[in-house]
Amino acid sequence: MLYSEKVMEHFAAPHNVGEIENADGIGEVGNEKCGDIMKMYLKINAGIIEDVKFKTFGCGAAIATSSIATEMIKGKSIEEALKLSNKAVVESLEGLPPAKIHCSVLAEQAVKTAIADYYRRQGVDPVPIVGVIQDHCDGQCTIDN
Amino acid sequence: MSNIIYLDNAATTRISPAAREAMEPYLDSLYGNASSLYSLGRESAKALLTSRRSIAEALNCDPREIYFTSGGSEANNWAIKGTARLMEKQGKRHIISSEFEHHAVLHVLQSLEKNGFEVTYLPVYEKGAVRVADLEKAIRPDSALVTIMHVNNEIGTIQPVSDIGAVCKERGILFHSDAVQALGNVPIDIQKLNADFLSLSGHKIHAVKGVGALYISKKIRFAPYIEGGAQESGLRAGTENIAGIAGFAKAAQEAADGVEEKNAKLLPLCDKLYRGIMKLEKVHLNGCYEQRVVNNLNFSFEGIEGESLLLMLDMAGICCSSGSACTSSSLDPSHVLLALGLPHEVAHGSLRISMSRYTTEAEIDRLLEVLPGVVGKLRAMSPLWENIMKNERK
Repeated sequence: MLYSEKVMEHFAAPHNVGEIENADGIGEVGNEKCGDIMKMYLKINAGIIEDVKFKTFGCGAAIATSSIATEMIKGKSIEEALKLSNKAVVESLEGLPPAKIHCSVLAEQAVKTAIADYYRRQGVDPVPIVGVIQDHCDGQCTIDN
Repeated sequence: MSNIIYLDNAATTRISPAAREAMEPYLDSLYGNASSLYSLGRESAKALLTSRRSIAEALNCDPREIYFTSGGSEANNWAIKGTARLMEKQGKRHIISSEFEHHAVLHVLQSLEKNGFEVTYLPVYEKGAVRVADLEKAIRPDSALVTIMHVNNEIGTIQPVSDIGAVCKERGILFHSDAVQALGNVPIDIQKLNADFLSLSGHKIHAVKGVGALYISKKIRFAPYIEGGAQESGLRAGTENIAGIAGFAKAAQEAADGVEEKNAKLLPLCDKLYRGIMKLEKVHLNGCYEQRVVNNLNFSFEGIEGESLLLMLDMAGICCSSGSACTSSSLDPSHVLLALGLPHEVAHGSLRISMSRYTTEAEIDRLLEVLPGVVGKLRAMSPLWENIMKNERK
């Protein structure tokens, strides 16, 4: 198993690590049984993601996908952030080993879960906007990518 | 790569100068096939004979009981499948093993289970050792084989193999032990073990990869495992890896002769490592401290994941290993750590440090200098750690 230089770059010096006090939206995905948990914090102003921070428990790929996903949505509108796909995360990292693709899915879901939380706090039902976020990690460790 | 601090000797080891020297003639001018009759072939046959003798001497058995293989996995496959084939003719289709064997044993047993065998996996408890009383309870009239490793590869705990061997002998059950991690770390005397089969590997004891051996007691009559030529008494066909075997024999001799010296050297390092790492908060030693080989320590660090830990240590030039799922293609953490009763999230955060006779105190000091920073950095970005600390404050 070999990580790309880009993955190692983001793992060695991850961007946007931390928490945001009084965040407008927080999303946590994954579970400890599978060994990956991502927690994402958003600061949103007038529909723009002004700041984003993350905390991740997981492997090198989990940390790198969290880092690059935060970079990819920072300063973007909510609409643009919702378009972030796990495929785009993988491409930006110059590829991921097959067993690690699930980390990119977690990153996409962390962003969506945090945005859904933002809408919920605004009193808006997030489902028509964000869609239903499937729990990717069911704790059974049977996913096959 | 000269500045690498290599602390993954349970995975593989560097070649010893003497083993390398023993190989050289057979890589160079003495390239004959040991089955050929002319002098060049006879040189190879001679090397095979002396190698077999020195391994037999190291283990205290007859040279005719040593069969060279491609390594430990093949030896395990051969011993278990060979016994299964032999014993099912007598209607014996029950095998006793442990929950934390190497995959080269577990996967063979699982495939036998699909073919009508029943396997009892003895628990290893928190301390990482099987109990002889459990073994005695598990024995049935149709028990064919007991296969229990001598030293666990992930956590380094020593199993009560002599007692197991004695029980097996008394009850008339064949006994196999995967001793790949034992050779060079504990004294091995096959006569005292009462083992019928013992698996060994070269590259764990400073020989090259791709060579190992299976001890098969002379009372056993196996059918050929690999059919073809008459090599290895007709049981394992294929032209012998003379250079590898010559190096393995030298390395085995060094390993067996050097057990005491090595352990005397590593004991203070093991102790220093243990005390140094246990100073960190929320860290556990996996398996008990007493019944273990001194070259292997395995810890779990709460709140962090093993692969990240490995990668960060690698960036500091230190090679270690982890039982984390992320270092393999499956998402499940190590079956060994789960067998100890560790929760998944703790099993994910494990680190195995395994030393060799070449390990220096300066290398251990460097690890102890780097590790707290790496653990701290990963915990600072871990949401799991945040929760652990919150619960602590409650």
